[in-house]
Amino acid sequence: MESNHKNLLFSVLPDEDVLNQCIHCGLCLTTCPTYSLTQFERSSPRGRIKLINAAAKGEIEIGDTFAYEMNFCLDCQACETACPAGVKYGSMVEAARVIVQDSKLNSILRRIIRKITMKIVISKRLLKIASRILYFYQNSGVQKVLHRSRIINLIFPKLSEIDDLSPKVSKKFSSELIPEITLTENKVKHKAAIHLGCFMDVMFANINKDTIDVLSLCGCEIQNPIEQVCCGSLPGHNGDYESARKLAKKNIDAFERLDYEFLIVNSSGCGAFMKEYAYLLRDDPSYSEKAKVFSSKIKDILEFVNNELGEINFNKLHDKITYHDACHHVHTQKIINEPRNILKAIPDLDVNEMNESTWCCGSAGIYNIVHYDDSMKILERKMDNIKKTGASIVLAANHGCLAQLQYGADKFHVAVEVIHPVSLIKKALQKTTE
Amino acid sequence: MENSVKEKIKRIVGERNYSDSYEDRLCYSYDATALLHQLPEAVTFPENEEQISSLVKLANETKFNIVPRGSGTGLSGGSIPVENSIVIVMTRWNKILEVDTRNLTATVQPGVITANLQSEVEKIGLFYPPDPGSMNVCTIGGNVANNAGGLRALKYGVTKNYVLGTEMILPNGDLLKTGGKNVKDVAGYNLRDFVVGSEGTLGIITKILLKLIPLPSESITILAYFDRLHDSAESVSEIIAAKILPCMMEFLDNTTINCVEDFTHVGLPRQSEAVLLIEIDGRGSIVNEDAETVKNILLKNHASFIRVADSINEALLLKTARRSAFSALARRRPTTILEDATVPRSELPIIIEKVTEAGKKFNVTFGNFGHAGDGNIHPTCLTDERDMAEINKAHKAFDFIFNEAIKLGGTITGEHGTGLAKKQFLEKVAGIPGVEMMKKIKQSIDENNILNPGKIFSISPRCEGSLPFRREQIKDFQN
Ligand SMILES: Cc1cc2nc3c(=O)[nH]c(=O)nc-3n(C[C@H](O)[C@H](O)[C@H](O)COP(=O)(O)OP(=O)(O)OC[C@H]3O[C@@H](n4cnc5c(N)ncnc54)[C@H](O)[C@@H]3O)c2cc1C
Ligand code: SF4
Ligand code: SF4
Repeated sequence: MESNHKNLLFSVLPDEDVLNQCIHCGLCLTTCPTYSLTQFERSSPRGRIKLINAAAKGEIEIGDTFAYEMNFCLDCQACETACPAGVKYGSMVEAARVIVQDSKLNSILRRIIRKITMKIVISKRLLKIASRILYFYQNSGVQKVLHRSRIINLIFPKLSEIDDLSPKVSKKFSSELIPEITLTENKVKHKAAIHLGCFMDVMFANINKDTIDVLSLCGCEIQNPIEQVCCGSLPGHNGDYESARKLAKKNIDAFERLDYEFLIVNSSGCGAFMKEYAYLLRDDPSYSEKAKVFSSKIKDILEFVNNELGEINFNKLHDKITYHDACHHVHTQKIINEPRNILKAIPDLDVNEMNESTWCCGSAGIYNIVHYDDSMKILERKMDNIKKTGASIVLAANHGCLAQLQYGADKFHVAVEVIHPVSLIKKALQKTTE
Repeated sequence: MENSVKEKIKRIVGERNYSDSYEDRLCYSYDATALLHQLPEAVTFPENEEQISSLVKLANETKFNIVPRGSGTGLSGGSIPVENSIVIVMTRWNKILEVDTRNLTATVQPGVITANLQSEVEKIGLFYPPDPGSMNVCTIGGNVANNAGGLRALKYGVTKNYVLGTEMILPNGDLLKTGGKNVKDVAGYNLRDFVVGSEGTLGIITKILLKLIPLPSESITILAYFDRLHDSAESVSEIIAAKILPCMMEFLDNTTINCVEDFTHVGLPRQSEAVLLIEIDGRGSIVNEDAETVKNILLKNHASFIRVADSINEALLLKTARRSAFSALARRRPTTILEDATVPRSELPIIIEKVTEAGKKFNVTFGNFGHAGDGNIHPTCLTDERDMAEINKAHKAFDFIFNEAIKLGGTITGEHGTGLAKKQFLEKVAGIPGVEMMKKIKQSIDENNILNPGKIFSISPRCEGSLPFRREQIKDFQN
């Protein structure tokens, strides 16, 4: 059993050298949200690397503590940014998760939620059905009744809180609103394609719509193939590489027939993951080359707008805003200056840097559901930093962050509007054209 | 360790502050020192002085060892467990208890992160200068125990220059208080300075009173590029000789420049043989005048380019880049053995050449960087611990460097402490009477040798520090 684990761990690691790169200098410790919560070395990047290393060498058995710590990690990758030695922590923890994911070591709650969410995101049809049901639940009064009657608390005490964590389902999904091809009224400067995402599609249809509008205002013709699917990051980050690869191939196929310069993504997690398709499919003879091309064309909407800054004129905006760096932007894709350049370019906008803007908000996929209490402590710290800026708007470029921050604003009574930067950009662009 | 003893320890600190799981023992088996590690028997997080005192007393009664630990960024093995030991982790003692703006002091618990204290006091115009490369992570307690230096030591001195007082649990469980807010105090021996640099061998520090100074208002940060290593070292000696005291003069060689640039992308010159990062701070026009003099000296010594940071932010980026040097070198090879040789500043050009010579002679790769203004360099051997032959060569190269440093009137460690890693060289620097005196001090304070035994020197030389408490070991020894 144990040596199986060992072999499995090796088989999912990129190579053995990743294991030996950490020189245990500790420079990553204070950037780690989980270490900051517990002050236990085993909840720190350095400690986890030691544990993974020991497991790979067969020195320790993979037991409850190991599984717990691997799942307790937010996979926010703040430690990768902090690590001067270039340790690829993310690939190690994701490899470790492959081993613990389905074993008895995973809590029942975690396994059930994971199974359900994975099943749902992987199948577009299921996602839409589930979202319809959720929409009905959120809007028909059933949710209110359940909450008021406290039935939900009886069934499962945490569920009532978790229930609120789910963002509101959009009335119409963006895939229903956005045509296969959107033409621009302006001169065509770029041929673009867009990835609508899974959650973005059903929960944040308006943001997808705003993205289309911004692209169109910037002179893009936008293609939206209906065959596109979820990017696969959720299964990928939770150790289910097989599903992730399947989804990746579907997306590659969906966009292959199109003629486009770049593929725009507006959720940092999806963008980060699709930029890594080349790596994900590196050993697949029929897809490795296609994946390279696909990944090289992925462009975050903020990268795009930043490149266009010379070409566009923003109108004045008088909002007082602050910016939250999504982990998959700042730590994974190293997108950090782009949003700031854009915000600086909007006249009169009152931009306030929050303290610890790159500190995770605690959303992290399904983390806020399976580690609700820890996630809330992390969120509280974030909301506190937002509050201190006095801003009335907080920007976040990831669906998870958006939902989490919205929940935080309600829970911790912070009077702040949570919006995606693209919606603000649209506002600044539209006025000029009016 | 017997289970009954573990039970007693658990009772003292409480269940949630105790662990002897294999995972936790593993996670406290190392610090930042290369090659060394050992499992403790248990890990504890005591909450107050009474608990620490009880642990120490129990250790004397039942014969186990205690290893105090901060953030575990030490580079001489100070917080690596010894045999039959428990670790006392102090990171949760992280409160700044008082900032006294009338006496310019701060009272802190030992687990406060150095950079956190700095940013707190800087908010009110005060300054705590010691800034080890690890300042975002290391604890004040660890700094005091190791008498840590930093980039600004050139002008502002090291940790000991800022410690006004300490509280420490002694190996018999008593609480020792030293020093106080008085600027002058000559009542009896200066016990405070025994505490500073004691590396966790004389007691467990529980409270620290620190001196603060006014925050300098101006600073200029300069990065000078050199095509020859020697020129950079000569510049340093000449700047010192010109009676100018920059607050830092840091040096990076070509290997280090490239590794740091790979990590930070701050635009370091990849082709240069060396760079010097110099900061001049103070008040008023003097800062500018000194900066001009420094630039002239750099040019005279063939600096190929001089970059002046044009914003506080750029200056910060350059300094942060320098702080990452040690860890960034690990991008090359998985094991980085770093040393801490220090020579009088006038001898800097010679020791830098000796490092290059050592690399060639023993066929190992060095990255070299350090606090050039202090004559304190960090030759770092880039190697792989799985390759024993190469590790042996590295050790030989370091022997060579240490001997050369001592010949130049230098020392084996400027700031990282002796710990485990450098104790074999201690006698060469401190001399036999010096080491004998240290041992006597240790023995008179820690009769049973329970606190961090085997660090700095061995009282019982036959096994690394820890006395053979267990029966099977005693038998071994009799054979
Ligand atoms: C990247 C990097 C850069 C560094 N740069 C510098 C530098 O520029 N200058 C420098 O001087 N050092 C430097 N260091 C070394 C190290 O950071 C310092 O020695 C620091 O003081 C250690 O603090 P710590 O909290 O990590 O202590 P630890 O490593 O945990 O412990 C260090 C020693 O202090 C003892 N100790 C800790 N807490 C207590 C306590 N409360 N009571 C009694 N004893 C205690 C331990 O037993 C041990 O002997 C660097 C290290 C790294 C990894
Ligand atoms: S992951 Fe990087 S920063 Fe963290 S301990 Fe290892 S080498 Fe140091
Ligand atoms: S990914 Fe985030 S939570 Fe996980 S170890 Fe790194 S910093 Fe900590």
